[in-house]
Amino acid sequence: MPDTILFYLFAGIAIGASTLVIGQRNPMYSIMLLITSFGALSALYIQLDAPFVAMAQIIVYAGAIMVLFLFVVMLLNAPQEDAAVWDRTHPLRRPGLGRFGALLAGLLIVQLVWTLLRVNEASAAVGARGDVAAISSVRSVGRVLFTDYMFAFEATSILILVAMVGAVILAAREPGR
Amino acid sequence: MDQATLRFVIQLIIIGFTFFMLINASALLVLAERKIMGFMQQRYGPYLVGPHGLLQPLADIVKLLFKEELRPKDADKWLFTLAPIISVTAAFAAFAAVPWGAETTFFGLLDTPVKLGVADVNVAVLVVFAITSMGVYGIVLAGWSSNSKYSLLGGLRSSAQMISYELAYATALASVIMLAGSLSLREVVDAQSGYWLGFVPRWYLFLQPVGFIIYVIAGVAETNRAPFDFPEAEQELVAGYNTEYSSVRFALFPQAEYINMTTMSAVATDLYLGGWHGPLLERFGLGWVWFLIKVGLILFVYIWVRWTVPRYRYDQLMQFGWKWLFPAAVLNLIVTAALILYFNA
Repeated sequence: MPDTILFYLFAGIAIGASTLVIGQRNPMYSIMLLITSFGALSALYIQLDAPFVAMAQIIVYAGAIMVLFLFVVMLLNAPQEDAAVWDRTHPLRRPGLGRFGALLAGLLIVQLVWTLLRVNEASAAVGARGDVAAISSVRSVGRVLFTDYMFAFEATSILILVAMVGAVILAAREPGR
Repeated sequence: MDQATLRFVIQLIIIGFTFFMLINASALLVLAERKIMGFMQQRYGPYLVGPHGLLQPLADIVKLLFKEELRPKDADKWLFTLAPIISVTAAFAAFAAVPWGAETTFFGLLDTPVKLGVADVNVAVLVVFAITSMGVYGIVLAGWSSNSKYSLLGGLRSSAQMISYELAYATALASVIMLAGSLSLREVVDAQSGYWLGFVPRWYLFLQPVGFIIYVIAGVAETNRAPFDFPEAEQELVAGYNTEYSSVRFALFPQAEYINMTTMSAVATDLYLGGWHGPLLERFGLGWVWFLIKVGLILFVYIWVRWTVPRYRYDQLMQFGWKWLFPAAVLNLIVTAALILYFNA
């Protein structure tokens, strides 16, 4: 019973904070609410017996990535979003793009409903594979990461390395200037 | 009282005791810092309040509480108040995952032993790391919401510094985790019990001397202490991120800093110095006294370094972090991994 109450509490915080992220005029508040939402999500991971994923969520998303977000917003010094001027001629505001966005949103809803309908099957499958705590332990996460998902793991790291090299090249001063 | 209730009450007392000790640690550290600084500069330090100035922290607290709280007119009302709260909450919360004593039955009071420490988490190292890294938001938000150029520069510097040194810090941690084969601080400590050759304690300090030095340096940088105290470099930034703060809101920042120092030292004790293991005292169930002594020693080194080494330049800090400390930590990690493979095979 306390588990259920905690689940609804954290799920509520996650959904509420995420909704408010879009509603804020001040990007700083949006960032703080997004961090709140990540924190609530990591609490949900802990309830799923996945403490490693929960901590990785906080270290990587709430800790590292959001600090960079904060950095950019602070440096751009954009306290207010310029939404007062409704620019109809802006290329991003054409009706075709709006329809495409609505289509994507519709697809997302269909996908969500389909997933939610399959929840019972999926949880039964996880339960059948044995002890959940043993599956989600750091040891087995590491083993699976470096055996079954080796290719995806290495490909991701190369992708990140490429992005890093690109950032260094873009940011480096040109010689002779 | 039945066992279950008794257990619950004792657990609550342990949590309250940890909280109480942390608050005291921050007050005592202020006094210790001023006393040691005075000693190093050949003067007395605080001397007037109480015997040998022992009640000085109390006087400081009363003074800070009764000062007027000011907020700049253009400051962001919510974030300006939230920033010190985030700082101090993250500092206190991080200690929750740090164990500070062995299992004990309190001299037969309980039938099953209880673990000394707020929470026994099986990924404790990650929890401490994750929550301390949340503390940077307090400083950055304080810098931004004050709407002052000194504060903003202090906040920006601190976030850049913390991101840079977190890498070396985490890599040094990873080497110890590999040696112990566990992410639980309690298991890391228990892996260090006993002696080599009958007299050398099996501390990871002796297996990881480079890692320990990297950990301590990165720890000093993470807690924004001199010689890495750039977020509040007085000559350049007045007081850095807390320039516009006064009264209680101001007091929370140094308090968070001192608690973070304590947490860093406590984690270093658990990871490298064998935690509560030590001769003699452990036999009487007083292992936690060893823990206190070791934490106190590391804290003394923190203060010692602060009043001995002058502050670096900001670019030197970044160069040192990225070009020396981080590569050294990675090399340490690779060598440790190779040696573990060699000796286990």
